[in-house]
Amino acid sequence: MIDTALLHGFLFAAVACAALVLVLRHPMHVALAVVAAMLALAGVYAMVGAHAVAIFQVLIYVGAVMVFMVYVIMLLDVRDESLARRFSQWLLPATVAGTVLLACLGAGLWAGYAPFVAGEPVGLQAFAAALLNDYWLHFELVSILLVAAVVAALAVIGAGRRPRA
Amino acid sequence: MHDLPLLAWAGVAIFTIGLVGVVVRRNVLVMLMCMELMLNAVNLLLVAFGQRAAAMEATVLVFLVFVVAAAEVAIAIPIVMLLVRRGRSMDAGSYSELRG
Repeated sequence: MIDTALLHGFLFAAVACAALVLVLRHPMHVALAVVAAMLALAGVYAMVGAHAVAIFQVLIYVGAVMVFMVYVIMLLDVRDESLARRFSQWLLPATVAGTVLLACLGAGLWAGYAPFVAGEPVGLQAFAAALLNDYWLHFELVSILLVAAVVAALAVIGAGRRPRA
Repeated sequence: MHDLPLLAWAGVAIFTIGLVGVVVRRNVLVMLMCMELMLNAVNLLLVAFGQRAAAMEATVLVFLVFVVAAAEVAIAIPIVMLLVRRGRSMDAGSYSELRG
């Protein structure tokens, strides 16, 4: 009973904070709304038994990605044209298209209604064993992707400096 | 106890919000955060459907999505800073050099 109420509360908070992202003006407020949505989603993961995912959600998304984003917002001057006029000229078509997309996907979900059966909780120990026994190749490929991302970021920064030198 | 359509509905709603946000907002950083929202919605759907059948595989996939998101931010933030340094604006509408 209380589990269901908590799950519904977290889900509602996640969707509400995501909707706030669309309307808030200042990028810092948007970042805080995204952080709140991610924390609510971490609560949802914990409630449905995906404990490892809940931990990673808080550690990686909130702790690393969004803190990085907040640093960048503090670093840059955000008081420009996009602060005064926050919506582009695509506001109306995009809203209509988004509503249609939501209706289509929602109708598809409604047609394929299936009862949810909570599975076995996935803890960190089982996840770590599976990752390093069965999925070690994916793990290594991911590390190559991260190295490539770092090299690409350095290349982008280098490309920005070259004209000045 | 829980029902899958509710989780899937929330995932679809968050994904749509992120998609609309990328199109309608002008600030490049806000557009980036909307992309993060879309990745989060995909994660929610993966977890929701993974709990029915293959929880471990879904968890590994979610882990891979986390890494992709981190790599995306690592590349996108320098691009944004480069754009702001050159154009002095975070408004996506002010970058129209590629328009024919």
